[in-house]
Amino acid sequence: MELTRRSVLQLGAGILVVASVPLKAFAAGEDLIESFTGGADIAEGGVTLTAPEIAENGNTVPIEVDAPGASEILVMAMGNPTPNVATFKFGALSASHSASTRIRLAGTQEVVAIAKMQDGSFARASATVKVTIGGCGG
Amino acid sequence: MADGVKPRVKVPKTAAAGDTITIKTLISHKMESGQRKDGDGNVIPRSIINRFTCDFNGQNVIDITLEAAISTNPYFEFQAIVPEAGEFKFTWYDDDGSVYEETKEISVS
Repeated sequence: MELTRRSVLQLGAGILVVASVPLKAFAAGEDLIESFTGGADIAEGGVTLTAPEIAENGNTVPIEVDAPGASEILVMAMGNPTPNVATFKFGALSASHSASTRIRLAGTQEVVAIAKMQDGSFARASATVKVTIGGCGG
Repeated sequence: MADGVKPRVKVPKTAAAGDTITIKTLISHKMESGQRKDGDGNVIPRSIINRFTCDFNGQNVIDITLEAAISTNPYFEFQAIVPEAGEFKFTWYDDDGSVYEETKEISVS
């Protein structure tokens, strides 16, 4: 193959793409927030995320989300291989717009809850959970 | 259908009209995350429940999208308003296409 200016530039672009792939994986959680909010501003407060400070077993970590006036709550574990945990959508007969469940955490990390309010605004809460034994298998 | 899937739901039998009640649900399911490997190093394919809904007389109470990070035997606790006597319907959707259903009657005193 003849080494032209064009082929060199293409090669350079290819290397750049490969180099930026791990960076993208790391930012998966941020992308998820972006696609949920559509890039809108997120306020602190208005949503409560209850999680233990220390979880001995990462396989079942009890969490609770509570956001009065929210229509949807997105829960993410930023340090998991796939950060998305669950999305709660509240219907007409939902009383307190809160829910609790048990989640898996791969290791010590930040758990984030983002609530979409009925007026279209967004609120955010986060909690750091220390995990003694990770919950993703080996 | 995955083996040994059994839904369990706890709903009060009676409530006053307009009351708020707490509902607890649990379904036995292994929730294979797709991250684990077997003894030979092969990835065990993902097999989870990906959606759970609760409706009362056709009106939605909660609709939850589950991902692989939900623990084995997915458990949910939430609150609902009971405007009249009727029936709660709980539905779980499995990755393999199975749908598990459970209903609970509630009367208004």
